[in-house]
Amino acid sequence: MKKSVILRRVVAVGLLLIFILYMLQRLLVPKYITGIVEGAFVAEYYREPDKNFDVIFVGDCEVYENFSPAELWKEYGIHSYIRGSAQQYIWQSYYLLEDTLRFHKPEVVVFNIQSLQYDESQSEAYNRMTLEGMQWSPAKVGSIRASMTEGEHFLDYVFPILRYHDRWKELTADDVKYMFKTEPVTYNGYYMRTDVLAAGDIPEGRPLENYDFGDKAWEYMDKIRALCEENDIQLVMVKAPSLYPYWYPEYEEQVEAYAAKYDLPYYNFLELQEETGVDYSTDTYDGGLHMNLSGAKKLSHYIGPILLENGAADRRDDAALSRIWDEKLVRYEEAASKKE
Amino acid sequence: MLFTSYAFIGFVLVLLVLYYAVPRRFQKLILFVGNVCFYVMSGWTNLIFMGITILSTYGAARWIGNNIDAQKAYVKAHKEELSREEKKAYKAKEKKKRKLIAALAVILNVALLALVKFPNRIFLFLMPMGISFYTLMSLGYLLDVYWEKQKPEKSLFRFALFVSFFPQLVQGPISRFKDLSESLYAEHALDWKNIYYGFVRVLWGFFKKLVIADRLSVVIATISGDFDTYNGAYIFLEMFLYTIQLYADFSGGIDITIGVAQMLGVEMAENFIRPYFSKSLKEYWRRWHITMSTWFRDYLFYPISITKTMQNFSKFLRAHFGDYIGKRLPVYVASFIVWFVTGIWHGTTSNFIVWGLVNYVILMISEELEPAYAAFHEKCIPAEAKGWRVFMVLRTFTMLCFLKLFDCYQSAGEVFRAYGSAFTFAKLDELVHGGWLQLGMSLADYVVVAIGSVVILTVSLIQRPESVRDQLSRKPFALQAGVVMALFLVTLIFGAYGMGYDASQFIYNRF
Repeated sequence: MKKSVILRRVVAVGLLLIFILYMLQRLLVPKYITGIVEGAFVAEYYREPDKNFDVIFVGDCEVYENFSPAELWKEYGIHSYIRGSAQQYIWQSYYLLEDTLRFHKPEVVVFNIQSLQYDESQSEAYNRMTLEGMQWSPAKVGSIRASMTEGEHFLDYVFPILRYHDRWKELTADDVKYMFKTEPVTYNGYYMRTDVLAAGDIPEGRPLENYDFGDKAWEYMDKIRALCEENDIQLVMVKAPSLYPYWYPEYEEQVEAYAAKYDLPYYNFLELQEETGVDYSTDTYDGGLHMNLSGAKKLSHYIGPILLENGAADRRDDAALSRIWDEKLVRYEEAASKKE
Repeated sequence: MLFTSYAFIGFVLVLLVLYYAVPRRFQKLILFVGNVCFYVMSGWTNLIFMGITILSTYGAARWIGNNIDAQKAYVKAHKEELSREEKKAYKAKEKKKRKLIAALAVILNVALLALVKFPNRIFLFLMPMGISFYTLMSLGYLLDVYWEKQKPEKSLFRFALFVSFFPQLVQGPISRFKDLSESLYAEHALDWKNIYYGFVRVLWGFFKKLVIADRLSVVIATISGDFDTYNGAYIFLEMFLYTIQLYADFSGGIDITIGVAQMLGVEMAENFIRPYFSKSLKEYWRRWHITMSTWFRDYLFYPISITKTMQNFSKFLRAHFGDYIGKRLPVYVASFIVWFVTGIWHGTTSNFIVWGLVNYVILMISEELEPAYAAFHEKCIPAEAKGWRVFMVLRTFTMLCFLKLFDCYQSAGEVFRAYGSAFTFAKLDELVHGGWLQLGMSLADYVVVAIGSVVILTVSLIQRPESVRDQLSRKPFALQAGVVMALFLVTLIFGAYGMGYDASQFIYNRF
């Protein structure tokens, strides 16, 4: 047989195989539309029509459930986005920030310091929920490398079919329906919950052997600060008013010392209950771990002026942006009223 | 390095590119460097053990070869001067020296193997990969040289290449120097047929290993790991599934080994010929792990059988108990030693030793009953009757299911306890009413295993006259491409690998 014929056949088979693999991969990867939706958050950012956000929040559930960009726009005209994901580790926050800077430079970055307590990634599932949604860039590569737990392989992130091949057992109609396009599940990164579960008695944290944050956590805290400084961005550190996991006074001391050392604004909302008006009997949907919409409104109302003070602007006079927000608000209000 | 790891796939790809990209005279060097890299990635201390084996067997074989040459030259040079008795005495003296050297090398290597095999705190930790396989390969070579069946290899580099050839280090086969060396030392042009055939064979191995063996490993580990919970009827399920798992695992690994070697242009010995179609245990051992069985036959059974002690023992028996006993008993003694050693080679715990002896007992009883079988076939059912053959295959398979249970537990006592428990049929109700779905495999997994096993069975039947790859090569291109692509995709999707699955070592890797 002629070499050219062999070559043509090999190329044809190769292309067909690539096409089949692509289709299978689209089918098998989780869509995060129902059930665990947190895996969809990171990817939604790239669909934003105007990424020129003044404020970017990075962090875990303590940002994406506690602050509402729609409320910030409505009340203060602040154009913001939350790049949050479930149990986002500090190195992932750093790389998400690096990723964000590929598109625009915000005036303010709000970082939730809860993740300082982790010095290693805790689970592959959480890694996936943050990393998979990122577009490929050096930031994503760095984030994967910094995040991988034992037994994870970089190649599995490059070809997710290698990770999710076993999902054939749990495929549903949604996997076919959302093979190529999914619906947004957040509102500029905010994950809306309107149900209420009042906080009960939260026990004191059990004593730890060591309260010091780890080297890796501090390394990335420094990196976030340095990245903000290099880009002339004001970094604001916050601790959300989550009653659990327990926030130890020893943790607080370390964060306060760091904020004081580098002259960074730091707000611990656990200590600002009176000022924010958070009511743990009505403003949380899971017994004090996260805020519901009512709680998120209160926190947004409180943080708005802080953001304006630190460089964010009221952009309601920007007609094009207002049009975008008008559309967003329709969806936001609809969802809020439906859930209520 | 696991055969089923990304690292191994990457390693083979890089090696193949380099192997065919360099001038052919450097192919052996590339392969040798590849062998060393492969071995070092599994632990650099492994190299020390292998180095000792290579140097000792190479050195001993060279010395023996030189001694034989010197002896021949001396006898030729002094043909006229030496009397027949003097020649005989000289040869006997030289042979004694050779025997001593061979014995020292054998003892050294067996001692090394024993050192890492016998449970101990230090060396078990070091357990060099493939030591059981390359030790037998090296000793087989040395004994062939000693028996003058094989000329010693002059080049240390070439001999080291033979011993360290990486595909066989994981779980064999136990190659013979005369079989492997020719294609191993040859220079190979890029042959697309070899690449394609080798690739398909590797793919087939991955299918067996990932889709069936590794999926089943969860169930086997669950049952054997908790006897208090999983006993009674669960043991029957364990026996049956482990028998499937072991074949898929071991033959899958050998498929990968032979396939990778074929892509490099190297021909390796087959290790299986549809073993579960055997009609007796004796036939099974001619079709299962063939290179091990023939190694023990050629390098242990035959040499023991022809020792002076055994000859004298036979004479004594013939004189005192007649010809039948005189002929049979020495065979039984030699077989006993072979099966005892075979058991120990697999593992030094009592389950493996007893496993060897149970095999021995069944084989010897079968031997003794052969006249009775012959009479039965003559008077009742002909041995060639299809129904009888099917019955014999099923009977042998059932027997193998029982025998393979020895692999699943840590001691012979535990195995016999499991047998005893199985025949109480306790927990049968629990097993049938959902218990089988609580063992780490879902219904979908069982369906995959069942379909996969049927595919293996079908391929075994199809390949009787000719290899499936040869048959497929005559079909239209679209069909060939479809089959190979389907095999690839099925393995990719239904393979039990990645997060959520523990990477299972090949079972024979631990022997």
